[in-house]
Amino acid sequence: MKKKLTTVEFHGTKEQEAKLLEIIEKYKDTKGAMMPILQQTQEVYGYLPVEAMQIIARETGKPIEEIFGIATFYSQFSLNPKGAVSIAVCLGTACYVKGSGDLYNKLGEVLGLEGGGTSSDGKFSLEATRCIGACGLAPVLTVNGNVYGRLTTADIEGIIAEYR
Amino acid sequence: METVNIKINGRDYAVEKGITVLEAARYAGIDIPTLCYLKDINEIGACRLCLVEVKGARGLVTACVYPVNEGMEITTNSPKIRAARKMNLELLLSNHKKECLSCVRSTTCELQSLCNEYGVDENHFGGERTEYAIDDSSPSIIRDNNKCILCRRCVAACKTMQGIGVIGANDRGFDTHIGTAFDIKLADTSCINCGQCVVACPTGALYEKDDTAKVFEAIADPEMHVAICAAPSVRAQIGECFGYEPGTDTEGKMVASMKRLGFDGVYDMNLTADLTIMEEATEFLGRVKNGGKLPMITSCSPGWIKFCEHYFPQMTENLSTCKSPQQMFGATYKTYYAQKMGLDPAKIFFVSVIPCTAKKFEVGRADQSAAGVPDVDVAITTRELARMIQQAGIDFRSMQDEKFDTPFDIGSGAGAIFGATGGVMEAALRTAAEVIEGKQLEKLEFEDVRGTEGIKRATYKLGDIELKVAVASGTANAKKLLTAVENGEEKVDFIEIMACPGGCVNGGGQPYQPAKVRNNVDLRAKRAAVLYTADKNMDLRKSHENSAVKKLYDEFFGEPNSHKAHVILHTSYVKRGL
Repeated sequence: MKKKLTTVEFHGTKEQEAKLLEIIEKYKDTKGAMMPILQQTQEVYGYLPVEAMQIIARETGKPIEEIFGIATFYSQFSLNPKGAVSIAVCLGTACYVKGSGDLYNKLGEVLGLEGGGTSSDGKFSLEATRCIGACGLAPVLTVNGNVYGRLTTADIEGIIAEYR
Repeated sequence: METVNIKINGRDYAVEKGITVLEAARYAGIDIPTLCYLKDINEIGACRLCLVEVKGARGLVTACVYPVNEGMEITTNSPKIRAARKMNLELLLSNHKKECLSCVRSTTCELQSLCNEYGVDENHFGGERTEYAIDDSSPSIIRDNNKCILCRRCVAACKTMQGIGVIGANDRGFDTHIGTAFDIKLADTSCINCGQCVVACPTGALYEKDDTAKVFEAIADPEMHVAICAAPSVRAQIGECFGYEPGTDTEGKMVASMKRLGFDGVYDMNLTADLTIMEEATEFLGRVKNGGKLPMITSCSPGWIKFCEHYFPQMTENLSTCKSPQQMFGATYKTYYAQKMGLDPAKIFFVSVIPCTAKKFEVGRADQSAAGVPDVDVAITTRELARMIQQAGIDFRSMQDEKFDTPFDIGSGAGAIFGATGGVMEAALRTAAEVIEGKQLEKLEFEDVRGTEGIKRATYKLGDIELKVAVASGTANAKKLLTAVENGEEKVDFIEIMACPGGCVNGGGQPYQPAKVRNNVDLRAKRAAVLYTADKNMDLRKSHENSAVKKLYDEFFGEPNSHKAHVILHTSYVKRGL
């Protein structure tokens, strides 16, 4: 799925930036080191903010498009911060045939987050995940790690209401 | 040369060790089809069109990246191979916007011609197609991802060849598309509009913004005085659009065709190339004498100018303040000539034809309006001029040679070679040497700065002055050279830079040539040879001896770098950064 840029405002701190510069410094002269740089940047910020990618481009002298291309290629990289309420819908095979695709779409509709992402106030985030190993409960989703199983689209509003 | 013995389609060959199957086959007179392969810069085996059978290999292999080995037995043509290639073409078409009747690349499209050759069923695979908005934000280049086959030739041209990299592959799988960082508009990036991506593209996914309608409209307007001037290298290329071999000089036919399009004046930009030399050589000698900013860098190439503004903003003071020959022409026309002929500059529509897409950006730049209106109204590429000639029903090949119109018909050999890398430097050296030494040069050729090499260096002694010069073409080479200059590793007084590798003869607005030709023919050298031959055969080979240029100074500008010349023929730059 095409990755979407976040609408959540950037709140990076000076400390985070200092850490980022340290990471870049460590890998600056290593060829092909963009993956570890981006992985560790994500550890610092929890996601890959545009502002961080700009710093990486400036410091490494790499075209920013190259960085964006890598960030959008690998599913391990997120362009969106996790919301205070982080919802993950399992789109593994078992859940999918049991209708988790509909749950995902319904959540997108209710939260205004079609196709996943994070609401601009940072409250809710929605993502699709691979199999989480709870196939017996299919279709499942998790909210901040709490598992909800054997769901239908009619259950969605109720679950969200718990966290509003 | 170490060789290996191989068999291609049952015949024995001894070929150079380490070359690819694709290269070996070509040696055997076999043309293996490719779409993504561009020699040296894009050898990635992505399009799967060059599939061949190698005895003992598991499945078909991609010839463009598969090296030959001793005893290898290769089959390039079998039912299995043909079926696989056909299927791969049909898969490419399954996600391709098929508007081939009206597509700008119809008949020059490499995908189209392969589909023809393989007799594909264009609707074999129906189903979902990705839809993309067309990005026409740039004044020069239009991107239409609906026709993109993800071969990445444009990406290689931008990143590897030009050292820029504003476009690349974003997302993955079915969503993979070529785009900019954060998918912003091309106009908002540090794209320099050089158009090397356009000439690299095998399909209609990248093309120049067509301005021919504006030109036709102006010609049809009885109120407008419409003039056109042709850049040095257009005459060395335009024949290719009409079936001539690359490297054919068609100046006479080009002029005859332009006159039949109905312009009020058809002029030679070689003249303002000479004017540029007068201004630039004077500026350079002035900087040397008065301790001005050195090295001075030429300013004819608008792609290079924008590159400098983005990537070397700290060096914009090193740029010559001279406008490019195109802009000097428009500026002179709308001031000097308008006054002389009693024309209202606002009623003059000035067109230039150049092998360049960046010139479309240049016409809209600030500080390029000497008469209060833009110096040049529209810049069209060599391809667009050919399109106009075709649309007007003019039979280019049957034209009898004609000459440019007076009083802008005289260009020197020095002006002619402006279109090739090293040409501006050589032209400037011819004039600077004679000015400094006060006598005629015995030998006019400055051979060290000729040729298609990316970076060239030379040292000349002109009078008492020892002059170190350098020439770079292609912005990746420019970056290399300027970084060395900045770090103090290299000491140079005068630098010529052209954005396109090989110079204007290999510009982004040149006629399309398929990869098959690009990979095997040195277009840069062939087209440049046209210009160097023209120069050699001329009596007038030095800018400062051009009588038309002298007349411009006598009647209007006074002398090179005069106040008036500064106001009309010079410009300023901005620091853009990244």
